[in-house]
Parts: sequence; C-alpha cells; structure tokens
Amino acid sequence: MGKVKCECGHVNPNGTILCESCGRALTEEARQEKLVDMRYEGSARRSQTYNKTIIDKVWNFFSSVKVGIWIIVLLLVAASFGTILPQEFYIPSNMPAETYYEDVYGTFGKLYYMIGFHDLYNSVWFSALIAALGVSLVIASLDRVIPLYRALKNQRVDRHESFMKKQRLFAEQSGTLNASELENVKAELIKKRYKVRMENGALLAEKNRFTRWGPYVNHVGLIIFLLGALLRSVPGMYIDELLWIREGETLQVPGTDGTYYVKNNGFTLENYEEGEDPEVFDEAINRVGTVAKNYQTDAVLYRDENNELPGAKPELTEVQSDAIQVNQPMKFDSFAIYQTSFRQDEMKAMHFALTNKATGEEYGEITVDLFDQQKSYELGNGYKVELLGYYPDFDGFTEAGEPTSKSPLPNNPAFLFNMVTPETPEGEVSFAQIRNTMEPLGETVYKMAFKSLDTRDVSALTIRKDLTLPILAIGGIIFMIGVVQGSYWNHRRLWIREKNGQVYVAGHTNKNWHGLKREIHAVLKETSIPEPEDRQKE
Amino acid sequence: MSNLAGVSSTLLEASFFLYLAATILFGGSIRQKGLRDGEGLNRWGKLGIIVTVIGFAAQLGYFFTRWAAAGHAPVSNLFEFTTFFGMMIVGAFILIFFIYKTAVLGLFALPIAIIIIAYASMFPSEISPLIPALQSHWLAIHVTTAAAGQGILGISFIAGLIYLVKNIDQSVSTKKTKWLEAVMFFIVSVIAFILITTGFAAADYKAEFDYVNKEGAAANLEFTVPALVGPNEGSLLTEGKMEPLAEMPAFINAKKLNTVLWSLIGGVVLYVLIRLVTRKRVAALLQPLVQKISSDLLDEIGYRAVLIGFPVFTLGALIFAMIWAQIAWTRFWGWDPKEVWALITFLFYVAFLHLRLSKGWHGEKSAWLAVVGFGIIMFNLVAVNLVIAGLHSYA
Ligand code: HEM
Repeated sequence: MGKVKCECGHVNPNGTILCESCGRALTEEARQEKLVDMRYEGSARRSQTYNKTIIDKVWNFFSSVKVGIWIIVLLLVAASFGTILPQEFYIPSNMPAETYYEDVYGTFGKLYYMIGFHDLYNSVWFSALIAALGVSLVIASLDRVIPLYRALKNQRVDRHESFMKKQRLFAEQSGTLNASELENVKAELIKKRYKVRMENGALLAEKNRFTRWGPYVNHVGLIIFLLGALLRSVPGMYIDELLWIREGETLQVPGTDGTYYVKNNGFTLENYEEGEDPEVFDEAINRVGTVAKNYQTDAVLYRDENNELPGAKPELTEVQSDAIQVNQPMKFDSFAIYQTSFRQDEMKAMHFALTNKATGEEYGEITVDLFDQQKSYELGNGYKVELLGYYPDFDGFTEAGEPTSKSPLPNNPAFLFNMVTPETPEGEVSFAQIRNTMEPLGETVYKMAFKSLDTRDVSALTIRKDLTLPILAIGGIIFMIGVVQGSYWNHRRLWIREKNGQVYVAGHTNKNWHGLKREIHAVLKETSIPEPEDRQKE
Repeated sequence: MSNLAGVSSTLLEASFFLYLAATILFGGSIRQKGLRDGEGLNRWGKLGIIVTVIGFAAQLGYFFTRWAAAGHAPVSNLFEFTTFFGMMIVGAFILIFFIYKTAVLGLFALPIAIIIIAYASMFPSEISPLIPALQSHWLAIHVTTAAAGQGILGISFIAGLIYLVKNIDQSVSTKKTKWLEAVMFFIVSVIAFILITTGFAAADYKAEFDYVNKEGAAANLEFTVPALVGPNEGSLLTEGKMEPLAEMPAFINAKKLNTVLWSLIGGVVLYVLIRLVTRKRVAALLQPLVQKISSDLLDEIGYRAVLIGFPVFTLGALIFAMIWAQIAWTRFWGWDPKEVWALITFLFYVAFLHLRLSKGWHGEKSAWLAVVGFGIIMFNLVAVNLVIAGLHSYA
C-alpha cells in the first residue's frame, strides 16, 4: 500500500484527503473545494480508496450509508406490511391459515396469504434484510472508525491556513496575536472544559472527542444484539413450551428432560367487584361490565431425584411453591413458568344413578372419573353397572350405529352402560350423556339417570428458557451508551493561529453549531481576536 | 378518595386553560418588534413561558393526584396515555425553550398539545382498574419514558412545521404547498372530530344496534354519533335515530370507521370554510406569524429535538418495552402491531439521522422528515390502537 507524504513531513496512508497532521488538502478535488468535508476528517477510508477486486466492491457496497439507509427503509416498509392483517401466530389456532385469511378477509386476505405476508417476519427475505443490515453495520463502521481515530490522534495544533480557511466557521484578520490575550482565552476555554494545547504560538481547543465514538459504540451494541438473536436457534439456548395442567395434576415440566415436575394446586380467576375494590373504579366497572383482576395458578415445583437412574420411579422432592400470576412468573434455574391462559370448568367426573324407570326408585349412584374410568361399578345387593364404552367428545353415531368421538378431550362425554340387576341379570344397555339417556338396543326397565357434574379449571403455563437474554441485555446496554454518547455531547474544536501577519480563527463541531457559536462568542467577544463567521448560513 | 379524583380533573382543566392563555401570550410576543435570533425575550414571551410552566405544574398535579386516587400510574388507558403525551409535548417544549428561547415555538407547540389533550378527553375518562397484564411497575416506567421520547420528537415536528410554513413559497401552488395543506387538513380534521364528538355528546345522542360480529355471534353496539355506516347485519334498536347509509362487512369495525368518516367530513367542511372566508391557504395564513425566526435556528432545534428524543424513545418504547414483554407475555418480542410500529418509528428516525449525517439532508428535507416521523407516531397512537386489533390488552 502506498503512502502519501505531505509537505509538512507527515506520512499519511494512501487515500488520505486532508493531511492527518496539518490538514493540507492532498487531492486536487479537496484543493478546489470551498468548504472541506470534515465528517471523517478527510481520512483515508478503504471504501474511497480501493475499487478493483470483488472484495473491494462488496466492501464499498456495504460501507455506503446510502445502501444502509435503503436497507433500513426497506425493513421499515416491509415490517409495516406485516401489520395490515394479523400474523399467522395471532389467528385462532383451530382455524387453518389456508382458509382463515380468505374466509375472514375475502380476496385481499387470500392474496395476503398467497404472497406469504401472513408469516412475514419469519420469511427468508425478511431475515436476509436483517442480515444485510448487520453486515452493513460491521463494514460501514470498520471503514470509518479506524481512519477517524488515526486522524484525530495525529492532528497538529497549528493547522495549515488552507485547512482553516475551508472550515465552516472562519475568520481572518491582519494583525498579530497578543500573548497575554491568548492566555486569557485559554483560561476561559479551560473553564468551559476544553482541552487546550498551544504550540508555536497557535492554539487548539478541543472538547468531547469521545462523542465521536458514539455511533460506533452503538453499532457494536446493535451487532451484539443481532448476534444474540441469531444464537436463539442454537439447540439448548431457547425453550418455549406450553403446558396445559388441570387442577390437582402433577406433570413433568417440558424442556427440563424430566428433572422437574409441577403441580397445579388450583387456579383462581378474580374480577374487580363494586364495593370490594376502591370506589373510584365503580364507574369503570359499571361501564365495561367485568374487569379481570387476577389470573393465578398456585403451583408447586418438584425435582425428580431419580431422574438420572434409568427405569426408576420418579421420587419427587419439593423445590419451591409459588403463586404464578401474570407479571409474576415462577423462576428456577434458567427457567421461568408463566401464567399464559386458562380454561374454566372442564368436566372432571359425572354422577349417574341407576334408576327404575317406572317407579323412579334409585339403586345407588356411580361416579365416573372422565380421566380414569373403571370397568364396572358395584352397587351391592346384586346391582352393578358395567362401562361398555366411553366417548369423551361424542359426535353422533356411524351408519352401523356405533357412537363416535371427535377427540380425546372430554368436551361432550357419553357412555354406554350395561346395567345388571337381580331383575335383569343379562343386563340392559343405556346410553347416557349429560341430561340425556337413550336406549339404543331397545326398551329397558332401568336407566342411568344423570345426576351431577364435577368440574375443575385448567391452567396454561408457558415454560420458557432463553439463554440469549444476557447477550441481548449487554447489546442493548452498549447500544444505549453509544446513542447517548453520540447524541448528548458534541465534539467541538477551535483553532487560532497567526501566520505572516494574519490571524486565522476557525471552529468546527460535528453537530449543534449554535452551541459552538455561542460558546466562541462568549470567549472571544472582549478580545481583538476576530469571531469566526458561519459561512453556511442562508 | 373520589375527592382526590375530583381535584385531579379540576387541575387538568386548569392546565388546559393555562395552555390556551400561554398560546395567546406567545402570540402577543411575536407581534412585538425585536425578536430576532439571538435577541432576548420580550415581556409577552416571558409571561408566556411563565404561564406555560404554571400550566405544566397544574398538569403534573393532575397526574400525581390521579395516581394517588387510582393507586397506579395514570397511563393505563387511551385517555390517560394521550393526556400524558400532551403533557410531555409541553414538557419537551419547556426544555427546548430554555435552550433556544424561541417564542414562536410555543405558539405552535401549545396548540398542538391542546388539541391532543382535547382529543384525549373524547375517550372514556373514568379511573379504570388494571387488568392483570398491566399490574406491573413497568407500566409506569415503560409508558412514561416512551411518551416522553415521543413528546420530544414532537418538538422536532413542530420546528419542522414552522420551517415549512415559513419557507414554502405561498405565492404559487406547488406540490409542496399541497402537501403542507394536507398536514393542515389533518390537524383541522382532528379539531372537527373533537367538535363533532363534543356536540353529539352534549345532545346525548345514542343509537343502539344488534349485529353479527367477526366470530359470527350476535352482539350489541352503541353509536354516539349518527351511523353513516352500520355494523354487519345490523339492526337499529333505538327509535328515531338515523338508519345507516351503508352496511360494513364483519371484519371492519363500523363504529370506528364511522368516527373516521365523520372526522373527515367535518374536516373538509371546516377546511373549506376557512379557505372560503380567508381566501388563503391555511399555511399562508400562518406564514406572517413566523417571519422573524431564523430558519437556521429552526433547523437546529428540529435536529436537536431528534437527538434528545431518539435515545429516550428507544429506551422507553423498545428497551423497557422488551423487558416488560419478557415478564408479562413470556417473550420480549412478538411482532404485535404496536411493537412493530414502535420499531418502524425507531427505524424511521434512524433513517432521519443517517440521511442528515451523510446525505446532508438539512433544512427543508429535514423538516419534511420530521413531519412524517410525527405522522408515524400519531399513527401508532391512534390508528394502531383503534383500527388494527393487537395484543395490547390481555384476555
Ligand atoms: C438499526 C440500525 C442502526 C442504528 C440504530 C444506527 C444508529 C446510529 C446512530 C444513532 C448514529 C449517530 C447519528 C447522529 O449522531 O446523528 C449513527 C451514525 C452512523 N451510522 Fe448508523 N445505525 C444503524 C444502521 C446503520 C447502517 C446499516 C449503516 C451502514 C451503512 C450505518 C452507518 C452509520 C454511519 C456511517 C454513521 C456516522 C458515523 C459518523 O459519522 O461518525 N448505520 N448510527
């Protein structure tokens, strides 16, 4: 790589526009310009210097802020398309997406589904855009930060007058600098927290250089965040399971390889009540009707001590017990268990009485646990009931007269009983449902009369482990530090020097020119040193 | 308890009228001579800012008394959030005012805040209890920070708007004058919405409908303005009220669409009236008010507001939001419409900053961007809440 030697003697990297040390223009273009481009101090950026190989071209493409902005805008527009209709994961889970969009939103919905917008954020092209953003962030930052660092580190106090003349804030006057006046100016500047350097009768005051690194710090934070998000797909980093658990049940916690079990000791749903809750809420409760106050599962967490022993029966020891509420997950190891949803009053058991149809006399009651049925129920005195068939989600009869069940869930339980009594030792068949009995095989003397129903609630708990969170948090914190660092300060510089009977003053800031002008005004107003003027004003 | 709630709403009303008074004072200040860039404030301007600060203090009083009455930060429904957002615009204006001492900014910022607060009061304003998802300290932390960020970004919109009113040539009709009028029309429509809603509420208009909802079930709905469009298979139950002119399919919320229609029609009527009476564009009417302020300064204020507001917005609307979502909804990000629009807002201001920094989009271009950015914020506040059904309510 070639080097460029400046008249002042400083050796600059190839591609430098303004000498890192004295600020002289090194290219013909820069010499012609009225105001120099100070964004990167005229330093040598790879993207501005090389454009031969494929690597150069890729580098130059992604280091361009124009390209970066295009990526950002494309992401923004794409993201908005995904909000026109609900995404696939928000539509009711019992409806297939193929038909849902057309059914509910007509032709537009069908089109939306066909383009793939129903699952936009998981699409390949959306991920590709995010990847392009990440690549662009890395390359654009590297392209600038190193040369910028060099240039700011190497800058000399007495900049060449051609450099000063091309600053946005500039003044020039014939005369000489008064040494004691310059000392006063220096003292004032130090009071305003400038770092002041003087060399060869020239002055450079500079403050808040650190703010120039803000964008790079925030970009690094962002990259860490994106990498963290990527890590989620690494096995073991991320677990997301849903567990439906009935009151009283103890189930394995999915995702923990059988180490943990959880027991549901009861689900509670509370609503706000007039009279019970603060009076100020009455008006709202009256207008809206019911307002939920609490969803809670009282849960106990167990560890299976025998989990390591193959074939052994689980031996559960209690680890912790907790009321899991929305906003109050139960936490253990790197897991959290959340209250996500619930179903109230699921059927648990049904009570039937063996009844003589003519007299109405009952010969005993049986309780059928919908989750644990017996083959036969003894009632004594020669009375017994046999369970011939159980149809948890009864759906009607086949043509052959067989009862069918739509699903294994006890949504609409129905039973085929065989009733054995001293009177009917062969048994009679009764088909019983809630509040309904039928006689599919002909007239019977007895029937199974529905008595009552036991219900219980079911909680849906989400089991979540996300080991990427610390990485995301670090990325987020670094990002915020960088944004604040770059936004809430500005890098200000003031140059004063005398050469050949001319006094030159120039100022530069990366943003907030009003602030710099006010500050310079305060420092120079009582001196003979000319105040620099803004040459970019309309 | 309810006594405190009463004090609270009185304070809110007081702040509303104080902001009105401050607007008039700022108006007076720019009529006086000698308010160029760099010159001090005149007496009107000083009074204006004093009244603004008192109004802001009154509204803070509203906020904290309501907090005490409810037992939770009053940012839990649309009324409370929007009111708070208006307050944050005033707060951001005060902050920027003390940096730049520009009275003209107040002349625009306060009316915008007033309109927003009036708009807020169109929603049910009773103190509501918190549903489980909202029972968290993060409610206060996330929502107030996000609104503060939006309020500060709002100042960049106001600076941008003033810049455009001042610099767009009104002697000819161009694309720019048309777009600027579109912005003005939007503001006029919001005013029309407030007037219409208040009018029908004063007349106690109520029309009840039976209809069939999206899930195919029978449901009931009450309109508080006459139904231009009615719900799916709706039938009017209240006697003597207007029958809808058209019926909407089930997936469109007819009541909300109806409100939008009324606002647009009201906006057109009001806007045309202004144009007919004054024979000028709305922006041209405002132009004389802003002649004295330096465009450079406006540009600087707009950029500064974005620089101050963007980190606050990011912290509140994305980072705090993610932390809370992780706790309340089990995941920090779920592509819910409200989340997505916060991300879009973020990306938009990222584009703004990069365009300014590298493409040199200063002055007019920057002003347009600031207007669009605020448009996105308002879209997220209004449309996403009202039109796009999202997750932002539990169960
Ligand atoms: C979501 C993504 C991004 C965020 C949040 C972000 C954020 C920022 C911020 C806040 C600044 C400082 C702006 C200012 O102080 O006015 C900045 C500067 C910058 N960004 Fe980004 N950026 C993003 C993406 C990109 C991309 C894709 C590129 C690639 C081309 C890029 C290149 C730059 C450059 C070159 C600077 C200026 C640095 C300087 O001049 O000192 N950024 N970025």
